[in-house]
Amino acid sequence: MTTTTATHRGFWYRHPGLRLGGLLTAPMAWLVVVYLGSLAALFLTAFYQVDDFTGQVVRSFSLKNFQNLFTTSAYYQSVFRTISIAVLVTILCLVIAVPLAFFMARVAPRNWRPVMVALVLTPLWASYLVKVYAWRSMLQPETGVIAWFLKPLGLGGPGYGYLGIVITLTYLWLPYMILPVYAGLTRLPDSMLDASADLGAHSGRTFRSIVIPMIFPSVVAGSIFTFSLSLGDYITAQIVGGKVTMLGNVVQQTYVTNLPFAAAVATLPVIIILLYLLAVRKTGALENV
Amino acid sequence: MTLSRGTKILLGVFALIAGAFIYVPLGIILINSFSTNKSLTWPPTGFTTEWWGRALDNEGVRSALLTSVIVALCATAIALVLGLLISLAIARYRFFGRESISLLIVLPIALPGIVTGIALNNVFTSYLGGLTFLTLVVAHATFCMVVVYNNVLARLRRMGGSVEEASSDLGAGGWTTFRLVTFPLMKSAILAGGILAFGLSFDEIIVTTFTAGPGITTLPIWIYQNLFRPNQAPIVNVVAAALVLVSIIPIYVAQKFGSDDERAGGVI
Repeated sequence: MTTTTATHRGFWYRHPGLRLGGLLTAPMAWLVVVYLGSLAALFLTAFYQVDDFTGQVVRSFSLKNFQNLFTTSAYYQSVFRTISIAVLVTILCLVIAVPLAFFMARVAPRNWRPVMVALVLTPLWASYLVKVYAWRSMLQPETGVIAWFLKPLGLGGPGYGYLGIVITLTYLWLPYMILPVYAGLTRLPDSMLDASADLGAHSGRTFRSIVIPMIFPSVVAGSIFTFSLSLGDYITAQIVGGKVTMLGNVVQQTYVTNLPFAAAVATLPVIIILLYLLAVRKTGALENV
Repeated sequence: MTLSRGTKILLGVFALIAGAFIYVPLGIILINSFSTNKSLTWPPTGFTTEWWGRALDNEGVRSALLTSVIVALCATAIALVLGLLISLAIARYRFFGRESISLLIVLPIALPGIVTGIALNNVFTSYLGGLTFLTLVVAHATFCMVVVYNNVLARLRRMGGSVEEASSDLGAGGWTTFRLVTFPLMKSAILAGGILAFGLSFDEIIVTTFTAGPGITTLPIWIYQNLFRPNQAPIVNVVAAALVLVSIIPIYVAQKFGSDDERAGGVI
């Protein structure tokens, strides 16, 4: 019986390997050739040079681009500035997201949840550029919304610059932190919290010993986004950064005239993020992404 | 755990402040689009609808909008096909390198846009003869694939394999099962993924800057080019406000068709 069914089910049924091949060939060709191929070419290009006279890329291997990057103060300063911005943004997102997600998941009535999630999600899908532009009008020195608000108190706004970039990036990536933390908090079983209370722990102790360890993987998952997205951003620095530059600005300013150098700068965030991913792999956070 | 009344109120107040932080800037954009001020100054000295009319008639805005829609449609079409194929392979087969593939597909949005942008720019300009409309579509399709993949994969995992097994036990072949069982059950997840992919492409600026051919202006590029021109502020304000309003549509539709675990929009 089985053999006859198998024959009339035909060629594809009898060859699951070919079926899998049929599904995978096109997307894998795209991802490996277009994407991985480009990334590999980028890493190679990072070791090439530009001929000073012709402006053409010379395919000879050397570490000059990286040397240039770490000996020119304007360049390495913007690298360290970018890392400090990414760390600050991640911390700020965490400080805002955890209490907010805790309120959404554990304090507010259960039937408010879908509405609150939608309210957090909607701005996530509002245009990136529009959100940065909104902060341009918020932060504008003297005639901006914040400056107007603080004027009666005798204070000025932060204006455009380092702080402006940090605030704007925090605003941009905040939903990426709220959503995983919220999901982690809703998965937290009530019985565990009850058990902790039954054993005599007050709410502060329960939060420290149960809630924080349980949501840690979610926090790490969120931080991958806030950190990685901040590292590569240059539009925000251009719009609200004043004269402050980030790593992305260096790439953007040099890629037309010196593509190998821009490639070398662009490999830095990739290395930093891969190191970060390796470090957090043990927490199980990657399954939450 | 039982929180004291004071702690609950404190958390509620904090949530309100965080909500204000999220929504005040978007509200400012909407208000500014009706302002009579010709530059980006607050508070508005008067209100008018004049700029909304002028923005609708603006030739640059119109052609940029059209370009954005065409690019997003092409990229979404490619992303739908490739994302669907790969999610079927990952959900229904066990094979060597499966984990690496699921990591590889999220890489284009996990790595910063500037890395994807400069990597593709390098290959297109150094080896493939320069930037065109096609290079832009290829770049967008690469990072749009992942939202289709995430949405469809979540649905396939939730569905399980039992309905498909039942179908083949009743004598249906592989194609018949796909056509009559698997596809109808995935349809809404594919739709949600497609809408999110369209939104992602429509909004993208960093990869676009590095991969668009000369003279190709998408709407984000148009906004960016006009952002620093002093007398364009009122038109930019209107376009920005319109985009805030339009962005509510995809999230609404995706919520309606996606299920709980797909609601995060396939991005997280």
